[in-house]
Amino acid sequence: MILLLAIAIGTLFAGAVYLMLRRSVVKLILGLVLLSHGVNLLIFTMGDGVRRAGLPIVDSSTGIAEPGTTDPLVQALILTAIVISFGLTAFIMALAYRATQAVQSDDLDDMAHTDRL
Amino acid sequence: MANHLFLPLISPILAAALAVIFTHQQWRWLARGVVLMSITFNLGYSLWLIWLIGSEGRQVTQASNWIAPFGITFVADGASAIMLCVSSLLMLVTVIYSLSSLDPGYENFYYYPLLLLLLLGVSGAFLTGDIFNLYVWFEVLLLASFGLITLGGSRPQLEGGLKYVVLNLIGSTAFLIACGMLYGTVGTLNMAHVAERMQRVQNPSIVTAIACLFFFAYGSKAAVLPLFFWLPTSYHTPPAAVTAIFSGLLTKVGAYSLYRILGQVFQGELARLAPYVLLIAGLTMLVGVFGAMAQMNVRRILSFHIVSQIGYAIMGLGLASAAGLAAGLLFTAHVMIVKTALFFIGGAAEQIYGTGDLKKMGGLARREPALAIFWFLGILSLAGIPPMSGFFGKVALLQAGVNQGAYLISGVAAFTGILTFFSMLKIWNEVFWKKAYGDMSKLPRVTPGLLLPGAALVIISLALGLGAGMLVDYTNVAGEQLFDWAGYVISVCGDEGCEAAFEAALR
Repeated sequence: MILLLAIAIGTLFAGAVYLMLRRSVVKLILGLVLLSHGVNLLIFTMGDGVRRAGLPIVDSSTGIAEPGTTDPLVQALILTAIVISFGLTAFIMALAYRATQAVQSDDLDDMAHTDRL
Repeated sequence: MANHLFLPLISPILAAALAVIFTHQQWRWLARGVVLMSITFNLGYSLWLIWLIGSEGRQVTQASNWIAPFGITFVADGASAIMLCVSSLLMLVTVIYSLSSLDPGYENFYYYPLLLLLLLGVSGAFLTGDIFNLYVWFEVLLLASFGLITLGGSRPQLEGGLKYVVLNLIGSTAFLIACGMLYGTVGTLNMAHVAERMQRVQNPSIVTAIACLFFFAYGSKAAVLPLFFWLPTSYHTPPAAVTAIFSGLLTKVGAYSLYRILGQVFQGELARLAPYVLLIAGLTMLVGVFGAMAQMNVRRILSFHIVSQIGYAIMGLGLASAAGLAAGLLFTAHVMIVKTALFFIGGAAEQIYGTGDLKKMGGLARREPALAIFWFLGILSLAGIPPMSGFFGKVALLQAGVNQGAYLISGVAAFTGILTFFSMLKIWNEVFWKKAYGDMSKLPRVTPGLLLPGAALVIISLALGLGAGMLVDYTNVAGEQLFDWAGYVISVCGDEGCEAAFEAALR
């Protein structure tokens, strides 16, 4: 399971870097989306749930965690990260739409005016 | 339990909500009043917090009263209190500057609520004691800054804004990776608990990797050498007030987080990485100032100087000692004030000429002597000439550097100071001193609203220089507090430490 996840994370990162290095704004955004998915999976593997395959449930009457109970915190972290990256993706899509309208091009090389002397 | 630590977070978010409600033209005075009141409250609160920390030490509170290493901790020590104080001061002055310099149309698009949300994110980042929470505060302030930098929607803003957003997102992603790996390695994200568990980590090489990831993440926010490209390409595009507050707050939050995470939590790692940090600091100083020399636009020159000044802040970190951190804090507090002042005054000059191009400006010293005087005092302070606060910031850094035998970086820092002055004199010559470009009689005069905010900050810089003794004493204590991770652990989790509290809670 860990090996599969590792391959998936690596593939997501590779795809993200490849897309971000292209010149198109749309591919740049898709690359950022893939990158955030890769990071979410990476955080997922950092919890012990993947290895133990246990439940994150604690006995409600005694409050004692059985042996083999897994830690649900990584899922909470991922949930936060997903929400944030969702909001940021929405923002950057709107921004890219406006930018391509203003520049009349989808090519990142046409967006270098603010760098010129 | 110091539950008052939530006040500087509640006040801006509440005021932002009210200001959104009262956006309509006829209620605008009320919205402005609420905004000003909220920021003034934050300023007063942070002054009180500085006094409280001076008399009682660190202030700690736990969100929802969870036991220490489990919930989200908020901690205020000397470093966070002074940053909180300076950032609310800058925000107050920026709002006053915006009232007179900005097209009122901006208010229809929630300009002041965005400023308040920026203050919220910054204050949260200064006060939090939890690394993942720090990530969330970073996103809060980034989202507000994304809105501010693209507000107006001109072509340069959209172009610069896109680069700003993308490069900052990549930095945030690195931050998230580092958080995840840290959790996988030590099983906690509470700063105090991490610092304690860091002492007996089995696999030191993964800790080095995590520390480097954190350096990359905060370094890209703070604009250190290989990661600063988003800054000069975007900072000159929004209105001057926005650039000014960005220069005062955003990169400095990155520097503060470097201090907090690397200087305190990853202290053992920092000792190992220190030579590389110093190398990056020196290169950042030099590349920033050389980049500034090539530019011919007021705000682009100043933007490159932000990068150069960040080099000094990183130098304080790279010295990896309480004295280094103290000097870095002193310098950062000074440069936040002076940099913002210079952006205000440069922005006022830009507003008079309608352009920031140095070739098309000139003769302002004769026409607006007050503006010229405050600009000159400001560049004296930035370059580090005695009665101004910049001198003491640099002297403290050089002293700490020389005392620790870091002669090379100290030499580079002194050399960069001269180059900074040279580069600033270019603006002085072109904008203020040389003969007027064309007919100046039709150009608008500077209004008090444009002049006074910058002037007030320059006077504060002068006052900090004259009363430097108090400030140096304060930052020395703050540096010691920041460097003393064991004391931090005791303040957060009690005398037994976080591990004992953790074990006790599990039993």
